[in-house]
Formats: sequence, C-alpha cells, structure tokens
Amino acid sequence: MKYVLMFIETEEFATEFAALAPAEKEEAYRRVYQWFDDHADKITNRGSKLQGRETATTVRLDSGQLTTDGPFIEGKEVVSGFTEIDVEDLDEALRMVKTWPACPVIEIRPVAEM
Amino acid sequence: MSTEDELARVVRDHAGRLAGALVSLLGDFSAAEDLVQDAVEIALKRWPVEGIPERPDAWLFTVAKRRGLDVLRRQQNYRAKLALLQPLEQPPADDRLRLIFTCCHPALAREAQVALTLRVVCGLTTAQIAAAFLASESAVAQRITRAKRKITDAGIPYRIPRDDELPDRLNEVLTVIYLLFNEGYLSSTAERSHSRDLVDDAEWLTALLHGLLPNEPEVAGLLALIRLHRARTAARFTPAGDLILLEDQDRTSWDHAAIADATALLMRTARRHRAPGPYQLQAAIAACHSEAPTWAETDWPQILVLYDMLLTLQPTPVAGLHRAIALSYVRGPAAALAELDGMTAGLQQYSLFHATRAQLLRDLGRTAEAHDADERAAELTANPAQLGLLKERLAR
Repeated sequence: MKYVLMFIETEEFATEFAALAPAEKEEAYRRVYQWFDDHADKITNRGSKLQGRETATTVRLDSGQLTTDGPFIEGKEVVSGFTEIDVEDLDEALRMVKTWPACPVIEIRPVAEM
Repeated sequence: MSTEDELARVVRDHAGRLAGALVSLLGDFSAAEDLVQDAVEIALKRWPVEGIPERPDAWLFTVAKRRGLDVLRRQQNYRAKLALLQPLEQPPADDRLRLIFTCCHPALAREAQVALTLRVVCGLTTAQIAAAFLASESAVAQRITRAKRKITDAGIPYRIPRDDELPDRLNEVLTVIYLLFNEGYLSSTAERSHSRDLVDDAEWLTALLHGLLPNEPEVAGLLALIRLHRARTAARFTPAGDLILLEDQDRTSWDHAAIADATALLMRTARRHRAPGPYQLQAAIAACHSEAPTWAETDWPQILVLYDMLLTLQPTPVAGLHRAIALSYVRGPAAALAELDGMTAGLQQYSLFHATRAQLLRDLGRTAEAHDADERAAELTANPAQLGLLKERLAR
C-alpha cells in the first residue's frame, strides 16, 4: 500500500533547529539522509523538503481566485516536507516512522487509488 | 440465567469466531463484519421464537453466507471466494485474537475501538452498544462505519502484532477492556435489567484474551482484577439500589470462592513473572481488600506499598488520590490531607477527590470545610448511587 508521509514541524522544533551550530545542523541532515538510505527499498518517491511557511502563497479558487500571502492553515504545526512510501500495511509505515530522526510530528496518509 | 442472558451468551460465544473466520475468508474486514451483524440481528429476532439451534455457529454461518452471496456477486473474484464459503463441518479456527488487535488498533480513536470491539468481538448490536453508553444509535453506527472505513482505506492490518510491537498493542487492548469494565462497574446499579452488563462483557473478553495469550501477565492481572471486583457485586447495593461503600459492605455476601480463584491466579502469575504491571498491582490491592475479614483489619501498610509501586509505573492523579486514602489509615488523616492538598492539579473536577477531602476534614473535626467539600463532590457527579451517598452525608 502506498502512503505519503507528511513531515510536520512545530514552532519549538524550528526554533531549536535554527539555533544549532553549523556542524550540528550538518549532523542532523546526515541522520535524515541515512534514514532515507535505510528505507530506500520502501520509498517510491523521495518527495521534497519544503521552504518555510513564510514563503507560502495560497490561492482560493472558491473565492474569486483570491491570492493571499501565507499558508492556508494558520497554526503552530506546518508541513515541512513529504515523501511517498510503498509498504505492506499501516503497521509497517508506523514502524518506519518510529526511526525518523528529524521533525517531531508525522502524518501518514494512504494514497487514493485513482 | 434468563433467556435473554442465555441468548447474549450464545451470540457472544459465536459471533466473534464467525467474524474472524469470515475476515480471513473474504479478506475484507468491513464486509465480513456487516454479514455477522446481519446474522446476529436475525438470530436475535428468531431464536427467542424458534429456540436456540443446536449448532448456533453453523446457523449463523448459513445466514451470513446467504447474505454474503449478494455481496460477493458484486465482486470480480466472486467464484473463487464463493468456493471458500463451504458449509461449516468443523468450527472454524479461532481467529479472534487477530480480530481483537484490529479492533483495538492505535490508529483508531478510543471510542471507535470500544464500539468495534463490542460489536465485532462480542457480537453486540449497534442498539445494545448505544444503550450501554447512553448514546444515540445513529451516533454509534456512524462511529463504527467510520472506523471500518479507516481500517480498509488506511491499511490497518488484520494480524497479530509482531513480538516487538506486542507489548504496546496489547496494552491498547487492555486499556479498551479496562474502560469497558469501569464504564460498566461505575454505571451499574442494583437493577440493571434495562441495559447490558458491560462488566460481564469485559470479563468475558479478558478471559478470552487470557485463553489466547496465557503467558501475558498483565492479561491475567486484569482478569483477576475484574473477578475480584465482581465477587463483591452482591454487597455493593442496598435493596433500594443505593451504593454501599467497601467500608460498610457485608463481607459475608462476597463470593469467597471467586475471590480465592482470582487470588490464586494472581499468585501464579506473580510467581512466574518478575516486576508486576499496573493491572497486577491493582488486582493485588483489590485482593488485599478482599482478604480482610473486616474493614478494620485491612492490611493498609501493604496497600500503601502497592500504591507506591503503581505510582512509579503510572503516576496518575487518581492513583495518587487512592494512595492518599491508604495513607490516612497508616499515618492518619492529617498526613493524608497534606498529601491531597499538595496534588490538587488534575483532580479539581473529580468528585471522589472532594469526597475524600470531606472525609479527612471530618475526621479532623473541621466540619464546615468538610461540608463544603461534600457539596463540591455532589456537584461533580452524575452517578445517582454516589449522589445519594453524598446527599445523605450532607444531611447529617
């Protein structure tokens, strides 16, 4: 079954990360790359890391194509990246995210069959 | 045993087995569950009239199969699956363990886990679940539909968790059963003919789980805990339905054979496993009370030790509250009150917290404060039996 993992940052995590020394940041990135390598056989699309929420632009097609600055949802938790995996079932996805070394929240969403 | 109880017992013994077998056969949790629910509904209408069939499992299977044919016809691999639905010669393999773990999967909301377990494993109808939880039937039905959709769409597996996952997942199952037990235990009154006895379902589920996982100490612990509490049922209420506190219960009307059995189970479990978990500790506390010939002879120092152990595993405000009660019998009401007043966080909305404070304040001769605390306790409970007790105290 295919799932998209949505990596979600909290304000606290973002602040802590920003305060890291360059070497520590590098080490944090290394752990993330390592995680992707460890699960390479289950990752069908590495997806992307996203730029910060302050760079978001939202278009509301249902409100006369209203274009606004900022993310659609205002909140302390923001999606900061995503990746697609193909695993046996939800339990396997849950096992996989347990070792995720970065942001503190992950939403697991099954991909709709189209 | 009334006919209604007998009916409930037979349905419960077979519905979960059938559901387990059908999920395996069809590979479709939701469809299988629908078939069983239909069969149960039909059985509950027809068995009271026609009598319970000799082979209830085969009867339910045949009804489910007839309904299932309609469902299968709409599927592509209809013939292959149809071939699997052969008449039941032997009772199917017991798949209920898988069923329980799917119903109590942590990706489902707690309410959904509870409703699904009752319906799928215990064979309760939606109407029975709604009545037991004082919820509307449509709300329960919706909760179940949504949960079943999530099981299918999110890929929640139908299997026993791996060894490394088992402790967490088993804990999830025990939490669901414990919640059922509490709900049934606290809401029960002397006459409960109008609603299902959830305590009975909780005990049955735990016994089933204990049979399937005999080496899990916490399952045995929960089973002992439930049985120790049930053994006091006859002494818990006045004929008018008013609650009688443990302190004032007629201990001769306890079921002492059941107490001895549950205590023996607990001892056997303790001998085989080291560090006891929270359910074993709670059962041990219940056993201490059950073994005391009178309230005055209760082994409070032992109970205090057990609460200390429980609190290191589960530092919850409620466990802390009960520890303070035990402390009052070991070191007096002043020490217990000091302890309580130091841990008000999380308990302000809890009726028993205020009722306990009232008792301690009264013991210390601070009657005006005790009265205020009892009033606060009365405001916070909706349970008629508890309310009756508090009103009586306030009237004194």
